[in-house]
Amino acid sequence: MKAGSNRIEAVVTNVVAVNELVKRFHFERADGGLLPTFSGGAHIVVEMRDDEKTRLNPYSLMSSPLDTRDFRISIRRDDVGRGGSLFMHRKVKPGDRMVISNPVNLFSLDLRAKKHLMIAGGIGITPFVAQTSQLAAGSGNFELHYAVRNDALASYADVLKERHGSRIHLYRDDSGETLDLARVLATQPLGTHLYVCGPAGMITWVRNTAAAAGWPAERVHFEHFAAPQPGKPFDVRLAVSGVDIQVGEHESLLEAIEAAGLDPPYLCRGGVCGQCETNVISHDGKFLHNDHWLSEEDRQSGCKIMPCVSRFEGKSLVLER
Amino acid sequence: MTMLSRPVYGVLTPQTGKNHLLIADADGASAITDFAKKAPPGFFASAEIMYLDGPDGAKNVQALKALSPARFYQGPSIAAALPRLRQLLAESHMGLRLYVAGTEGLIGQIVQIANEAGIEYTAVQTEHRGSLARRVQCVHCKGITENVTTQPCTCAHCGLLLLVRDHYSRRYAAFQGVCINAEDPTEIPPTEEIFR
Amino acid sequence: MGINFRQETFRDDYSFKNSPEQIRRFPFPFPEDKYMYSVNIEPHVPGLKDTVFEHLFDVDEHYISEMQDRALVLAEDPLRCQSLPHMELAGWDTLELLMTEKAKSYPDLFTLTRDGDKWHWINRPLGIDDHFTFGDSSTLPYGPLEYITRQSQGDFAVLDQRDNNLWMDAGIVTTQADWSLDFDIGMNFFEWHAPVPLAHQMGVFTRALKFLMAMQQGQPSRRHNWTMTINSRLDTSPENFHKWGTDRATVTPENVGQKVHLRVEVQMFFRLPRSNALLFPIRCYLLKMDELVTSPKWARRFHRVLRDLPNELAEYKGLVRYRPTVVEWLSKYDDGAPTSAGLGPD
Repeated sequence: MKAGSNRIEAVVTNVVAVNELVKRFHFERADGGLLPTFSGGAHIVVEMRDDEKTRLNPYSLMSSPLDTRDFRISIRRDDVGRGGSLFMHRKVKPGDRMVISNPVNLFSLDLRAKKHLMIAGGIGITPFVAQTSQLAAGSGNFELHYAVRNDALASYADVLKERHGSRIHLYRDDSGETLDLARVLATQPLGTHLYVCGPAGMITWVRNTAAAAGWPAERVHFEHFAAPQPGKPFDVRLAVSGVDIQVGEHESLLEAIEAAGLDPPYLCRGGVCGQCETNVISHDGKFLHNDHWLSEEDRQSGCKIMPCVSRFEGKSLVLER
Repeated sequence: MTMLSRPVYGVLTPQTGKNHLLIADADGASAITDFAKKAPPGFFASAEIMYLDGPDGAKNVQALKALSPARFYQGPSIAAALPRLRQLLAESHMGLRLYVAGTEGLIGQIVQIANEAGIEYTAVQTEHRGSLARRVQCVHCKGITENVTTQPCTCAHCGLLLLVRDHYSRRYAAFQGVCINAEDPTEIPPTEEIFR
Repeated sequence: MGINFRQETFRDDYSFKNSPEQIRRFPFPFPEDKYMYSVNIEPHVPGLKDTVFEHLFDVDEHYISEMQDRALVLAEDPLRCQSLPHMELAGWDTLELLMTEKAKSYPDLFTLTRDGDKWHWINRPLGIDDHFTFGDSSTLPYGPLEYITRQSQGDFAVLDQRDNNLWMDAGIVTTQADWSLDFDIGMNFFEWHAPVPLAHQMGVFTRALKFLMAMQQGQPSRRHNWTMTINSRLDTSPENFHKWGTDRATVTPENVGQKVHLRVEVQMFFRLPRSNALLFPIRCYLLKMDELVTSPKWARRFHRVLRDLPNELAEYKGLVRYRPTVVEWLSKYDDGAPTSAGLGPD
């Protein structure tokens, strides 16, 4: 049985420009039925068919888990990435048919929490839009701190303020507003859980600050998808299936394996869930590990790679696929 | 091989934190004085020690007070200390670190109370010192028998002869006791003193 | 297809038995003539006609009587159904899954009508007709988990997923093979499996946990386990072990056929959508030795499995006292002929 293979035929019903960098996409089932129920923090994988190329990118669901007539995701345009966000921004129109996956949650709320303290940076707000809807409906105790560049790029700040009032705290960089995290952390009741989603630097800052303030690591949850990075093309031999493939500049190793007709398991496509972990049979060159899954020993040993985000530079690479 | 549900205890180690609560019984007091030798300077200025001395623990009081904790409490039992502990935990913030040293029964019961207050067992520093006597829950009548040292033991509530298993419940802070001669009540296995 | 519900008991006079049709659909668990603990997880795909896997949740001829037995157990010991406070949402997930699947699989027996959060549930075999508000426990006579599992055969454990582990944080357990929900509630995957011999060293649980944590919505899976029970007692709980333990000493060559049962657990795993918890239904099927030997293949194979079972497993399953008697009885049905592949009765 393959993880990640539950595909849903969907129609794009709306595309909304939220601000100059972010667009929101609404999906409904092509057959008109309800979409699967999900929990706040879940993501879906969107299949993008861009001419010859197929990309599968994960995006957090931001609609309310209480309403599954449609799924909504927000995508920030990345002008230097592999082109997935540009494809969505430039080519996807209402009425288009697309394939999306069942929701998968790798960033779920800990429902035992006496309080949920959420820290968001930029587009990292999306999972919290769903989670705050879920918590508010069940009278859950939460507080959200949201750091943005300026008012114009404060995606959904107005919606969240309207829905949740004083539980939402906004920090605008251009107005010199800064989050005094140490102070916020010092006043939380025992039993609080901390969640952070945003740029890698912010996640590191929050985790370090929390650790220094005496928060146990199990109380700090973070959403840390790495987007696959473009890189030099490289050749790979898939020993089990006896196929030789080339990974293109703007293609991930996982996508190249799939393009060769193989069906490896995956959940996140962002280097965190561990599903696509692949054994290396032999290599002559150097690995560019971009995942958050493999241990330091695994990396040192050179016998494993996470094909969803990691790359290779060198003469030869043989994988057990 | 011990059972995987059996708690594993370590050696008390200083944690980063805003406040520190250290709890020990008479057997565990020496673990706190040993711990103090590796604690960073000024550690005890933000620490409270709760010392549950039992009948013969008064001898450790001076050694613990000499660590100059911000607050020092001496009480005769867990039950007596409970109201104070519950209030302290209810008013505390994230950043409080908890350390428990002493008998398995003390550690189990403090971990249980801390869990209710929102501190998970994985975040509690524990060190076992002293007797291996067990708290045993009778799976049949649900009563808990304290200070069990024999295998099998007799349930203090319903009187059944219980096999004391290594299977441990954090929620009850107790090992499981299951009737040892249920298949043939006339079989009375010999009793051995093994949890000392 | 109407089900002919039997009126029978699982205690006192033990009037339980299987109809010939029910024997044919018994989930015989041994694919070969020997047994060793394994993960044996497979996709739980419905559709195999005339088997217990025809629907996601099987309802059979014992349904009404099993539910009556569950009510008796809960009246005696309410601790058999518990839910830690954070598991209420998972309880509603469970209710939704069981109601929608039952209504879809057996429209003549169950009907669910949904209008937003106003739900109407009809259970004809048990004579239940309730209107309630989905998500509002005050509109049901019990919590959502207890309400729906008082109407569903099998035990149910609900596992919270967090910190790279699964936690047994809610459940209803009245037909168990000797484990205590009350004692195990709150434990993680390795802790509640701690008493199982051999498997930990084999790495079985590490692999199983990895698989289960990655389980997705809409893609349930299942495995099976087995043991043996003396008399058709569903409630072989540790709580009452001092009451039923003596049964194990009552097996004689004359009564094996009626008294000794093969007990098969079909264990299923479902990802629950709102709570992200895992639902773990454990469905128990009993088969008398007299019923088992109506299939010559099953008789031969079970004789060989039981005879060659490692002692640690026999000990863990509680078979030690009567295994020789049952093996001797079964040997009369084993002529040494090879058995055919597959699980079916031939």
